[in-house]
Amino acid sequence: MSTETQTVEKAREPLFSKKNKKLLSDPLNDSNPITVQVLGICSALAITVQLQQAVIMSLSVLFVMIGGNVIISLLRNTIPDRIRIIVQLVVVASLVIIVDQVLKAFQPDISEKLSVFVGLIITNCIIMGRLEAFALGNKPGPSFLDAIGNAMGYAWILLVVSIVREIFGSGAISLPGMGQVKFLPSSWFIAEGGLYENNNLMILPPMALVTVGVIIWIQRSRNKSLIEEN
Amino acid sequence: MAMNKNSTGYTFAFSVMMVVVVGSTLAFTALSLKDRQNANAADKKMMDVLSAVGISSTRANASEMFQQYVVERIALNADGQAVSSKAGAIDPTDKTDPFNIDVKKDYRAHVKSAAKAADGDESVLRAAMKDAELTFPLFRCEKEGESLYVVPVVGSGLWGPIWGYLAMESDMKTIYGATFDHKTETPGLGAEIKEAFFQDKFQGKTINSASELLFDVVKGGAPTTAHSVDGITGGTITSKGVGEMIDRTLKVYVDYFETQNARASR
Repeated sequence: MSTETQTVEKAREPLFSKKNKKLLSDPLNDSNPITVQVLGICSALAITVQLQQAVIMSLSVLFVMIGGNVIISLLRNTIPDRIRIIVQLVVVASLVIIVDQVLKAFQPDISEKLSVFVGLIITNCIIMGRLEAFALGNKPGPSFLDAIGNAMGYAWILLVVSIVREIFGSGAISLPGMGQVKFLPSSWFIAEGGLYENNNLMILPPMALVTVGVIIWIQRSRNKSLIEEN
Repeated sequence: MAMNKNSTGYTFAFSVMMVVVVGSTLAFTALSLKDRQNANAADKKMMDVLSAVGISSTRANASEMFQQYVVERIALNADGQAVSSKAGAIDPTDKTDPFNIDVKKDYRAHVKSAAKAADGDESVLRAAMKDAELTFPLFRCEKEGESLYVVPVVGSGLWGPIWGYLAMESDMKTIYGATFDHKTETPGLGAEIKEAFFQDKFQGKTINSASELLFDVVKGGAPTTAHSVDGITGGTITSKGVGEMIDRTLKVYVDYFETQNARASR
């Protein structure tokens, strides 16, 4: 699932040691869950039409990721091996339900738009992948950092893709609590006698894939070591 | 740990503990957020009722606008007789308030299976609804000096529940407006019932009170009459579901509408 090597700590090390800092920075770039490991793609395609949805989704994943990683890491010596996947699933599922309930209570409109995708955080491969590959073998501190790193790695791709899609697809930018701000004057549009038109393709899921593809392309052309040889 | 953590006993004990902890956490979360969620759902319902009569509102002003436009909330029994009526502020805990009738729940628990068992036989379905003592809400709105009647409709699409609100003009025959929504219909096909182009087709259509079939959604492209609208191509089952839910629901209301009309013309 991941190329991350499991580390077993002998002596007590500071929380922000060099190795731990790498836990934070690696997933942002060289082992990014979306662009390098290509996990969690489905939600990245589905909810990046508007920035506000992507922000809420990123925060939800961040919460579930941190909660899941820390809880599993704390329990790692007590979880029976035979049911460890079920335990991970139960922990993640409970956290997701909590997120879903909180969104329904405080952000009903966004919760409606995210619809099933909040529930589908449970099956987001990034989360189960990190629990299985990292939290089960590491202390809570590093697991916490690993969670933040991976969730942020997921989040920045989501945010970039949704900003690109919303600007070119809707000519607007939206943030939670602010609503959608259309910054192009309406006289620019063809319907009003102008020359500009929103690109409807940007709103459709395929364009999210293309946008993610462009990010992968840029990333690999800057860092040749990511290119597989075959 | 001294205990063997791979033993069956330990695994069982761990699972039981986990279920208890998780269960109580989730129950606590759900209970403590329930009031807010219900308030949100009520706001949404008000917005839907208002949008059926062509008034757009936001969550912030939904309750205020609802008070302004919806002058009466009526509950009908399965025979189409008015059993209760309320006006003014809504008390979310008042079970007798027609606004608080959960039509989706009633449909899920009683009507869906009854409609299937009745298999088109209207008297059987009505008897079943009477046995369950179901009540049906009706919202009377005043807009620009005209009375409009909003009827909530619930039914089944291809994958899951569909629902909507149908606004009737003061003659109680002509459809003034309609809104539909769905839970899991196919995007681009059945999910199109949510779009304006489909909902606009209902405006100006009338109930066919002389026929067995009050209203119908016909297969895409087929000729339509004053009592039917064109369905969505590729969304046949969802379209049929829309037709079925409108026809079935209106059968309950049509008696009420007719007695009201008879009273008015007298």
